[in-house]
Amino acid sequence: MAHAPAVDDTRDLTGAAGRQGVGAFLRARPWLARLGVIVVLFAVWEIAARFFVDKMFLAPPSLVYMRLYAVFATAGVPAALRITFFELTVAFLISVAIGLSVGLAVGLSRFTHRSFMPIILLLYGTPQITILPLFVLYFGIGPASKIAFGVSHGMFPIIVTVIAGVQNIKPILLTSAKSMGASRWQIFRWVIFPHMVPSFFTGMRLAMSAVLLGVLLAELYGSSVGIGYFTTLFTQSFDPTRLLGLVSVLAAMAIALNELARRAEMRFSRWRSA
Amino acid sequence: MSGRAERSAGRWASRAVQLSFLIALLVLWYGLTTWGHVSPILLPNPLAVLHELIQVITTGEFVGDLLTTLSELAAAFTISMVLGTIIGYLISRSPYLIEVFEPLLAGIYSIPIILFLPLYSLLFGLGEPSKIALGATISFFPIVLNTIAGFGHVDRIFIISARSMGASNYQLFRRVLVPAALPIILTGLRMGFTLALLAILGSEVLASLAGLGHRIAELDEKMDRAHMFAYITFAVVIAAFLNTVVSWLEAKGKR
Repeated sequence: MAHAPAVDDTRDLTGAAGRQGVGAFLRARPWLARLGVIVVLFAVWEIAARFFVDKMFLAPPSLVYMRLYAVFATAGVPAALRITFFELTVAFLISVAIGLSVGLAVGLSRFTHRSFMPIILLLYGTPQITILPLFVLYFGIGPASKIAFGVSHGMFPIIVTVIAGVQNIKPILLTSAKSMGASRWQIFRWVIFPHMVPSFFTGMRLAMSAVLLGVLLAELYGSSVGIGYFTTLFTQSFDPTRLLGLVSVLAAMAIALNELARRAEMRFSRWRSA
Repeated sequence: MSGRAERSAGRWASRAVQLSFLIALLVLWYGLTTWGHVSPILLPNPLAVLHELIQVITTGEFVGDLLTTLSELAAAFTISMVLGTIIGYLISRSPYLIEVFEPLLAGIYSIPIILFLPLYSLLFGLGEPSKIALGATISFFPIVLNTIAGFGHVDRIFIISARSMGASNYQLFRRVLVPAALPIILTGLRMGFTLALLAILGSEVLASLAGLGHRIAELDEKMDRAHMFAYITFAVVIAAFLNTVVSWLEAKGKR
């Protein structure tokens, strides 16, 4: 067993080629090897789907790609994607509004922080999936229940990070602002607010993936118009080609939204490290 | 002296606020369902829920569902723990492999993997295998990523000094790498455990034949609300208990 951190372990990867040139070429370009790994994974999937797994249960990626148009041509799918996107947007906006106001209300005073933080952490820690049926019960099977469930996932990361951002300000900054005669509003605007921004954006990034999870869970549980209806339909009609196509489109949407949130976070946290 | 008295008064006031918040919630719930003409199909009376909960526990009807959920969780977590730590360790042995695989794994981790539940149902059926497979997939990523982070970023100076003092491969692994990486790996294992629990409860609620989540969804369809609320309470307590135990183990292992 080679436990030592041998620098030469990379040679395993290029050993097949056996030539120093190829190894050095790949070693200088990790992204190329990364691409290679992705290609290999798709190839394994393609071969498994073509030769080893029943066509009722798995479709090869080439076929999924070629038939992507069939997903969009299915009556109702474009509308369902729009509805899901709408649910995500509204749930995210409500999460931000609730998260920011609750976070500030709880975080700005020591008393409310000490009183309500345990309650918030307790609620944040419960597995909300167990109460998903209640959301459908109270908000119906339309978009409202998906939005509500998305908000129930999305608001907690923002509440917690806003509170952390407000609390982690060095007392010396507050004291010096006060001693220079700053009003409460000025302290908030020029000391607390700028310090809160980076953690607020971290919260928004976490909230984005949480909202995605919440909305998609609610969609999968039961949906009359959203994409959950079509994933169920494609599953029950043993149509893995269209199911994989739809899931890929949704995964792409999730990646894009997460990436957007991550970029925003990096951009707005820059002032601190600079 | 007065500062301490003030602080302790503040703490009592906080406790009072928390307690009155809880009591207000219960009173509101009781009041609405007793005098507020709220249909018991929408919101059952808390006393009825308590009665059902006692029934569920004393008759032992929860045992089958709980065992299903726990055995799925144990299987899923074992798979992801073994694969995650071994694959993570192997990747962490070379900076090049870390550079190749870490962004890939982190990228997949950012997709809500629950999306693939319909595929897992197609491939593995509605029974336990699909829950185990989904739970293992979802919990694999935090474990492998934290294992890479733990083993991959051990301070070089420790390795060099251990080597120069003549440590064997095994000694280096056992005495330097593992102690340095363990806290980060334990955090990954805790996150993986929580995610596996969520994934399994979730896939049971969404599409399954047995388990706690399945029972909740089934009672919902039967509109047996008081019974359903009792099961929700039970599942939440079980989840909280498991998470507390895992957090405690994590803290204990880090010392």
